[in-house]
Amino acid sequence: MISQTKSDLTSRRGAKPHSSMFLRMLMRAAVLRRGRAASALLAMVTAAAVATAMLNLYVDVQAKLRKEFRNYGANVVVVAKDGQALPADTFATVESTLGGRGLAVPFAFVVARTSDGRSVVVSGTDFDQVRKLDSWWSVTAWPSSERDALIGQRAASVVSPEGKPFDLSFQGHTISLRPAGTLRTGASEDSRIYLSLKDFEAWTGVEPSTIEIAASGTAEEVVELVQKLSRSLPFAEVRPIRQITEGEARVLGKTRATLAAAAALIIATAALCVLSTLIGWVFDRRRDFAIMKALGASEGLIGGFFAAEAAALGVTGGIVGFGIGVGVAAWIGRVNFHAPVVPRLNILPVVLAGSVAVALISAVLPIFLLRRVQPAMILRGE
Amino acid sequence: MFVRLVYESFRRQKRRKVLAGVAITLGVAVATAMVAVATDIGDKISRELRTYGANLMVTPQEDTLDLQIGGVDLKPPSDGAYLNEADLPKIKGMFWRNNIVGFAPMLPVNVGISSDSNVTLLGTYFSKQLAFGKENFTTGVRSTHPWWKVQGAWPDDNSQDVLLGETLAAKLGRKAGDEIDIAGRAHRVAGVLSTGGAEDNQIVAPLALAQETLGKPGAVRRVYVSALTKPEDAFARRDPQSLRGAEYDRWYCSPYAASIAYQLQEAIPHSHAEQIRQIAQNEGTVLSRIEGLMLLVTLAALFASALAVSSAMATAIFERRSEVGLMKALGAGGLTVAVLFFAEALLLALIAGVIGFAAGTVLAREISRSIFGAQITIQPVLFPVILAVAVVVTFAGSAMAIRRAVKFDPVYALRGEA
Repeated sequence: MISQTKSDLTSRRGAKPHSSMFLRMLMRAAVLRRGRAASALLAMVTAAAVATAMLNLYVDVQAKLRKEFRNYGANVVVVAKDGQALPADTFATVESTLGGRGLAVPFAFVVARTSDGRSVVVSGTDFDQVRKLDSWWSVTAWPSSERDALIGQRAASVVSPEGKPFDLSFQGHTISLRPAGTLRTGASEDSRIYLSLKDFEAWTGVEPSTIEIAASGTAEEVVELVQKLSRSLPFAEVRPIRQITEGEARVLGKTRATLAAAAALIIATAALCVLSTLIGWVFDRRRDFAIMKALGASEGLIGGFFAAEAAALGVTGGIVGFGIGVGVAAWIGRVNFHAPVVPRLNILPVVLAGSVAVALISAVLPIFLLRRVQPAMILRGE
Repeated sequence: MFVRLVYESFRRQKRRKVLAGVAITLGVAVATAMVAVATDIGDKISRELRTYGANLMVTPQEDTLDLQIGGVDLKPPSDGAYLNEADLPKIKGMFWRNNIVGFAPMLPVNVGISSDSNVTLLGTYFSKQLAFGKENFTTGVRSTHPWWKVQGAWPDDNSQDVLLGETLAAKLGRKAGDEIDIAGRAHRVAGVLSTGGAEDNQIVAPLALAQETLGKPGAVRRVYVSALTKPEDAFARRDPQSLRGAEYDRWYCSPYAASIAYQLQEAIPHSHAEQIRQIAQNEGTVLSRIEGLMLLVTLAALFASALAVSSAMATAIFERRSEVGLMKALGAGGLTVAVLFFAEALLLALIAGVIGFAAGTVLAREISRSIFGAQITIQPVLFPVILAVAVVVTFAGSAMAIRRAVKFDPVYALRGEA
């Protein structure tokens, strides 16, 4: 391992100042034992990558899943008190309070009569927004032009079994509508007829009485939004839809807990793997240790040397591993959620500190064990 | 001789064998726990998703249109058809009965109370004892509507007690324990109900009380059914009428929301069952996302444990190069040395694999108990699979190190120059 000839060594010693010896030893140790150093570095990089990917996923998965949960539709609803209509500026107030962090859709309702005198619930709404809010609505064709109606599948068999235009009347006003498509939800929407808000208001003169809101963000942010809306809309009832918010909180909590357990297990395994590889590596070099000691190096210097080596390994492995781990997390996000997981830079210090700590432990532990052993015994191969 | 070599190697090098064995045990334990949790997570999460409430609704087949605005029923009681309460226990007799978490019948009735003339009284089961054949079971809103919260006590299903919605209770100034006049008769308020929905403005009562008030014994307007289902795929969307033979059987015997709805229709006469798309459709997406996530995480866990095992093996073999040198100096061929090492690795992998599997099982149980509060079922088929993977990974991890050890010149090895 120390293969230089004596003259070579003396000439180099003369040429370089003493301080660079430390660095040179570090460099030579890495270059001469390429195989072992590379395998130690590989273990370090992989462990750091796995740890980064798991931490990144753990931090980001909540946001990703929350987006999936928003497919359940509205989690907050604003209803006028006692069946009145909401004042005209309510929707604008809701929109500005929401500030783009969610979706709000107004609904107006009346009970109208069909031409043969049967009652049916008719609702006016904004089709473009409903389409985004209630993604589970199964619709054959969305209405596009004026006086087109979207008809619930059960209502369709009553008002327009053959898909022909039909008349509805409300308080003496009659409107004639074209069925554009049928709607299927399996709930009360199936018995309703939906019109665009413009047609609806022109026909009935009734303003929206309900605003459904799909607010994004954490549970606390939703609660805060509800409080803000209640303050600015004293004439209306603002309430979270507990069915949706509680289900979300529960499933999210359990998923995160499982992921945390998985992350802890995986990171522990990876750290142990690094620990065993590095301890093996350092232990293997007990001859270097013995020679240094025999040549008169103090224990502090030797400890410092191995510690510096380990720290360098930890930093390199940590940084490279972080890069790879971010890539892996992004790939998992793309495959599973169809949106990449955003790299979190605040994980980097954690991963770096962890890598260096594991590396230091695995370097210092064998040195501590070898400290009391006489160099001569190691060199004799005992 | 060969067996003795292996035996002696295990007897004399206990420290090294234990170190490598611990690494394999740990790796196998983590892999077992993760695979067990990941294969079980679909079942667990799908139970958690039942907090969203019923995913199927059964209504009378020949019904008039619902007149429901904001959860308030405007349909006159004389209008429309009813289901028969006596048919409901049949739900527990259908093919997928074990997937039915619960069901709750609903019967809204308009009643006059002392101060406000028009309030909806909703009759339902809270947690009713029912029997089908020899089987007894409990069902009601407490399992199908888990977000309903009661201040006070839940009424008994056979009592005349009622729950008051919290908005209505505040308006009437009543609290749990007070009395209220409904349709001219006094009833005790068992508790105040908070749901965040239309029920906050209603009275919720045992089903029998609502039927009595309406004067239609056995009548039920609709039934909410909460069932464990499988995410919908293209096959699930096929029309059962168009399927034949084996395909029909496969469709019928898969717990899709659509096939459970089909079976509900068969079980309850004159009924129409439909999946509530808001719940049923999204459940599938959320479930497949979480399952996919856990699958990928399990892959990462397997990768990490494979790495741990192979690095431990590599270190263990690397340390024994002087032994290899000695064997080769005594005339052993490369093949003999390799076979010896592989035999040792196999033995180690099997022993550590069994211990690791046991430890992993315990770990998976612990995780499942602490997170989901439920038992985990570990498929027996997992045992041979995990053991085989442990052996393969140990072999793969050793292969490189063994190759290098065998190639090494015995002279250098014996002199201690690595």
